[in-house]
Amino acid sequence: MSIRKLNACLLTGAAAMATLAAAPAFAERGTDGELKLLLWQAPSTLNVYLSTGVKEMLASSLILEPLATFAPDGEIVPRLAAEIPTVENGGISEDLTSITWKLKDGITWSDGTPLTAEDVKFTADYCMNDEGGCAQAAKFEGVTSVEAVDPLTVKITFNSPRPYPYAAFVGAQAPVLQKAQFENCTGAKAATCTDENFGPIGTGPFRATGFKTNDVVTLEASPEYREADKPAFANVTLKGGGDSTSAARAVLETGEYDYAWNIQLAPDVLEGMLAAGKGKLEVDFGSTVEHILLNMSDPSPELPEGERSTLKHPHPILSDLKVRQALSMAIDRQLLNEIGYGETGEPTCNMVPNPEVYASDNEDCLTQDIEGAKALLEEAGWTVGGDGIREKDGRKLKLLFQTSVNAVRQDFQALIKQWWSEIGVETELKTVDASVYFGSDPGSPDTIVKFYADVEMYTDVYDGTDPGSFLAERSCEAIPSPENQWQGENNARYCDEEYEKLIAEMAQTSGIEARAELAKKMNLMITRDSMTHLPLIARGRVSVSSNRLGGVQMNAWDSEFWNVADWYRAEE
Amino acid sequence: MTEIERQQRMNTGELIEETAGAAAATSALPPDDPQIAGGETRSQWRDVWRQFRSHRGAMVALVLFVGVLLFVSVGPWIWTLDPTYVDIRARNTGFTAAHPLGTDQLGRDMLARLMAGGRVSIAVGLTAMLIAIFLGSTIGVLSGYFRRLDAPLMRVTELFLALPLLPLLLLMVTLFREPLSQSFGPAMGIFILIVSAIGATSWMQSARIVRGDVLGLKEREFILAARSIGTPPRRMILRHILPNVLSPIMVAATLGIATAIITESALSFLGLGFPPDFPTWGRLLYDAVDQMVLYPSRVILPGIFISLTVLCVNYIGDGLRDAMDPRIRGR
Repeated sequence: MSIRKLNACLLTGAAAMATLAAAPAFAERGTDGELKLLLWQAPSTLNVYLSTGVKEMLASSLILEPLATFAPDGEIVPRLAAEIPTVENGGISEDLTSITWKLKDGITWSDGTPLTAEDVKFTADYCMNDEGGCAQAAKFEGVTSVEAVDPLTVKITFNSPRPYPYAAFVGAQAPVLQKAQFENCTGAKAATCTDENFGPIGTGPFRATGFKTNDVVTLEASPEYREADKPAFANVTLKGGGDSTSAARAVLETGEYDYAWNIQLAPDVLEGMLAAGKGKLEVDFGSTVEHILLNMSDPSPELPEGERSTLKHPHPILSDLKVRQALSMAIDRQLLNEIGYGETGEPTCNMVPNPEVYASDNEDCLTQDIEGAKALLEEAGWTVGGDGIREKDGRKLKLLFQTSVNAVRQDFQALIKQWWSEIGVETELKTVDASVYFGSDPGSPDTIVKFYADVEMYTDVYDGTDPGSFLAERSCEAIPSPENQWQGENNARYCDEEYEKLIAEMAQTSGIEARAELAKKMNLMITRDSMTHLPLIARGRVSVSSNRLGGVQMNAWDSEFWNVADWYRAEE
Repeated sequence: MTEIERQQRMNTGELIEETAGAAAATSALPPDDPQIAGGETRSQWRDVWRQFRSHRGAMVALVLFVGVLLFVSVGPWIWTLDPTYVDIRARNTGFTAAHPLGTDQLGRDMLARLMAGGRVSIAVGLTAMLIAIFLGSTIGVLSGYFRRLDAPLMRVTELFLALPLLPLLLLMVTLFREPLSQSFGPAMGIFILIVSAIGATSWMQSARIVRGDVLGLKEREFILAARSIGTPPRRMILRHILPNVLSPIMVAATLGIATAIITESALSFLGLGFPPDFPTWGRLLYDAVDQMVLYPSRVILPGIFISLTVLCVNYIGDGLRDAMDPRIRGR
């Protein structure tokens, strides 16, 4: 009771200050009591290198820190590093094959020992150990060596030029581990070190005091955290279990928890909960885009197996740019968003909608134009037949539209079918179980890569903020076909020489601005110019926070708890 | 005079006629058709109907079931809204004059969707049940009657019982969905596929029940008598065995309809059933689960229709069984 009163006092002050500054200036460490977080999927370990799960990454990000993090706008900001290495400041070598990080001076682990470059080097070796089965190995791909040049300098060398070298030790998926603690846990022993994995020593604002696998993590403020007045909370309880709905309810309706992660609810359900007035939505838009792909190859079942949906046979209807444009124009993206996502999504015309610097200025598709679409189809020679379906040379304008089983996607299918029928396109709908649809079984005809349909819809997302490799996946080489066992990401079968040149150029270009220029150009080529990719909705990362919690800044590129040190108890 | 009294009176009448017939045998040979000889003309089915009418629950169920059938078959002629038409401005409306049962999250009319959905669900239920019952009773009778067929057929039944249903259905859908929708159109192709898939995987219980009954019947005196006058197996089965195992078959059939409707909705839920723009009761139910708290009527309505149909069919089955089994008549 007394703590609560004290809090209330402090909060009044804090809230008053919060209007002036981002965080209460006179706050002290551990004055705001307990922070209660709810992850409806509970973490199974606190060592992020042993799990690819987001929940583990989130939990460990309270304790462990990387050299740099991604800010909500996608920019890289230093954390343990003193500054972000670039070619200009000499941190990245001229030939783009190495990057040198400088650590901040005077950072200590929560046990009081200093952080050194040796710890960084150890962490890289820990993850790159072949026997260890490191879950974040992709972050260290292409790294040949990591050296500790001096106690505060670490140099990472790559096997080939890296125009974008911010993978290792950037973001909560690749934090620094303490060498002294994990020294005996390398290689095959990594998973057996239960004490270490369940209670890693970190440099972050909190340290673990208790851990129950798949249930609860308790933490307390680290006495050694580098900013003396942070974190404001003395304790953190991170509870797992339940589902998305009950988690949202615990924050928005009952107020039992301060923060709940990953809320996936229909807009009207969410609205009802928000009406209770106890909390708010935290949304940030990353690279997640719900989109439609138009098949550039012929998926007709009359073709022999092995030739269906390959470049040997161009699509009889969709090869015409005008038809693709008309299909896009008939879609009302605003309405789709309103029905499917509400505040947690926004209509978009870009496959790369964020971060800001990479996003093309492209909003043509946002307004629906049924008449324009009809005119385009007329122009392309498709005339309305007796049954209202357009025809050309005896072929009906009929498309097969597939997607996975998902209530929102089925609503989208129904809406799009109706709009297309208004412009004289008949649509046959098909749904596939998600595990089959997104599966990699080359024998199944229903996968997104096989694409035995004319139109398909799903969500694409890429890791990190740089869309370079994501855009490079649209190359002719990456078209799935029997020759490459249906491996490849270019499901729309888009192939353009001009685009290939840009991919090659992208691989040679360093520097955010120059890369952003190229990315915008490439994004426009696959969306506005070719209309093979029809982006619909940019989906945000969504969590809910209590009104009694301040300082939360949602982050779609990194851990949502990236600035947990700045969180405080706010007045309601 | 109550129904039951009339019943008893007629039964007594029957008895008297039978004894009278036997007594007359001393003076003349029995007539070719003993029923006509009894005076009042009574065919077996009319008799069954008379018995059936005395089962009050079954009569209520029959009326309701016919009502549901009319609702789904004649309904769309009267309520002509397109069940798949999306009217986005009218989404989530309650019970209004324009939409008596409201609309769903896309503004599609619930009344029209329930009618269209019922057509499919009932058609699937009835057809799948017919297939399952045909297969089940054929196999049951064959293995019960012919000793040599018994072991192999029962092993096949056990094999089918041991097969996991969903992976099998998944395989069938993957293999046959495309060729079938090629030749019959997407909706009809899937209908054939689902009906045969459900039928082919739910006949085993009825086969075992029927076999058990046939084994018991085979030892009865009237069968022995029929055999002693040289009745061939085909006539034996059709004339003497089948009518006597009709009641367990009826019960299995009514339960089968319920299972088929539910299985179809489970398949739709997995994306293996009908295309998503094809409403069925099961799909309506699953679609509405997300917004159950906000719009309970969307879950309750299809739910009521499913349970109503299943209950009605069960009651009708019960009444039929009572009516057709002379041993429990009038009890």
